[in-house]
Amino acid sequence: MTSGRPPALTLGAVAAVSLIVLAVLMAPWIAPYAEQDFTGGVWEPISAAHWLGTDNLGRDLFARLVYGGRNTIGVAIVTTAVAVFLGGALGLTAANAGGWIDNVMSRCIDVLLSVPVLISALMVLSVLGSSVPVLMGTIGVLEAARVYVVARSVARNVAVQDFVAVARLRGEGPIWVVFREILPNVLPPLMAETGLRFCFILLFIASLGFLGLGIQPPAADWGSMVRENAQAIYFARYAPLYPAAAIAMLTLGINLSVDWLLGHSNGR
Amino acid sequence: MKRLLLERAGWGLLTLVAISALLFAATNLLPGDVAEALLGQQATPEALHNIRAALGLDQPAWLRYLHWLGGAVHGDFGTSLASGRPVAAQLLPRLGNTLLLAFLAAMISVPLAVGLGVLSAIREGGVLDRLVSVLSLVTISVPEFFVGYILVAVFAVQLGWLPSIALITGGMSFAQRLGAIALPVATLVIVVLAHMLRMTRASLLAVMSAPFIEMAFLKGLSRSTVVVRHALPNAAAPIVAVVALNLGYLIVGVVVIEAVFVYPGAGQLMVDAVSKRDLPLIQACGLVFAATYVVLNTLADMLVIYTNPRLRHAR
Repeated sequence: MTSGRPPALTLGAVAAVSLIVLAVLMAPWIAPYAEQDFTGGVWEPISAAHWLGTDNLGRDLFARLVYGGRNTIGVAIVTTAVAVFLGGALGLTAANAGGWIDNVMSRCIDVLLSVPVLISALMVLSVLGSSVPVLMGTIGVLEAARVYVVARSVARNVAVQDFVAVARLRGEGPIWVVFREILPNVLPPLMAETGLRFCFILLFIASLGFLGLGIQPPAADWGSMVRENAQAIYFARYAPLYPAAAIAMLTLGINLSVDWLLGHSNGR
Repeated sequence: MKRLLLERAGWGLLTLVAISALLFAATNLLPGDVAEALLGQQATPEALHNIRAALGLDQPAWLRYLHWLGGAVHGDFGTSLASGRPVAAQLLPRLGNTLLLAFLAAMISVPLAVGLGVLSAIREGGVLDRLVSVLSLVTISVPEFFVGYILVAVFAVQLGWLPSIALITGGMSFAQRLGAIALPVATLVIVVLAHMLRMTRASLLAVMSAPFIEMAFLKGLSRSTVVVRHALPNAAAPIVAVVALNLGYLIVGVVVIEAVFVYPGAGQLMVDAVSKRDLPLIQACGLVFAATYVVLNTLADMLVIYTNPRLRHAR
């Protein structure tokens, strides 16, 4: 279905995302210092020794950036997996079951959706404390509600088609019908949703980190790096802008790529 | 239609009750309670028992929930654990600051978004349209604090036009207050503008393929007349819905932006309360934020029903 070369903007987006992923994967080889080494003064400017200067405790910002990307992106990937599997499974089940089961499930999800995610997450974190597993579980469940809505609405269109009815008449169980008949037909929109969901989750984790409630120090994390270095901006040092820009580049790159993919799969 | 409106309002109310119960359950039934949080390391069984009795924590959960909800309806949210002051007295002035920020941002962003959305629908595919669509994708994708700190770096640090910290004190005149919160308001506007604009444009263009639009063109009307007079009224419902959704988003976005500008608002209060595990304060903030969001969404849905001529007569 792909016709022609993607536009320059999309190619640039894919290149930016690949560059970030590659840098983060190879962190131990390209980082000039370790994640938590004190290697200089506070907020030193850009130099040959410190490619992006140093942070509020004199740690190398470039090294923190590539290691921080590992933590932030790693947590975001696991959380996205939780959200997509949970939300996808529930959404497909509801669409396949229909009737009162679908009604009850959808109403419960509606209640969950009627509170802003950040507020819900703050409530849960205040009780359970902020640790990586709690973050993954909380955000995973909250975002699963959003995935549920998408998965259910696309699966409902598939669930009423003839080949699904045939499978049911053939005597296949609900698990077979969901995984072998419905799932393959809703995979493309679910993949697009996964990409967009990953962006939201990454922004979410970064925002929590920025508020001091995400991945906890001394581990590097793009959100908490912005927080730690926020004061530097008043001295015209742009330390907090680098991690923020890294997040922006990654999410913008993924959004642009998904936009292009969606446009193409619709045959536009 | 009256029945539909009432139904929607009733559902909103039910959601509110469900949320308050969930909120209460989340902060009360999970391991660890206020007594343990208060005592911390010095928690002996006797001390825990005494504090629980004093705070009424030995009563069954549903009774405590009713007590809490009854108080909340009357504006009594209990006493803050960290400061020992009534929660309502702490929350109200902060809430006023936050609402000022959100209100100003809404007053600027809503007309701007709808206006630019209509303009880019009129000139679909033009320079303005393409510029707006790229810029809006950018602002949707980047974190709020990135937008905030870029504005600080440019307007406060490089140019020195505006203060970088939104300090609000009692003795400030209204004009001084406006200057102090110009940057946070601008950040909020940028953050919510793009989504509203894109949806306005998309809803208009969706209507543009209808037969009555073709008729209007065949009558010889100009494109701008067709968009404003014929398409806009028919695209009103989705536009109203997305505007309300984004006003709700203002309430949440404000939490992060208040942190960027160290603004004394309700969002900052809630974040501080979470790091201090001040449960009564967290419950109150959570309830207020969630209720604002639910009320806005309910109003939006009711407006959509109200503006849809097809629903105006009872079936």
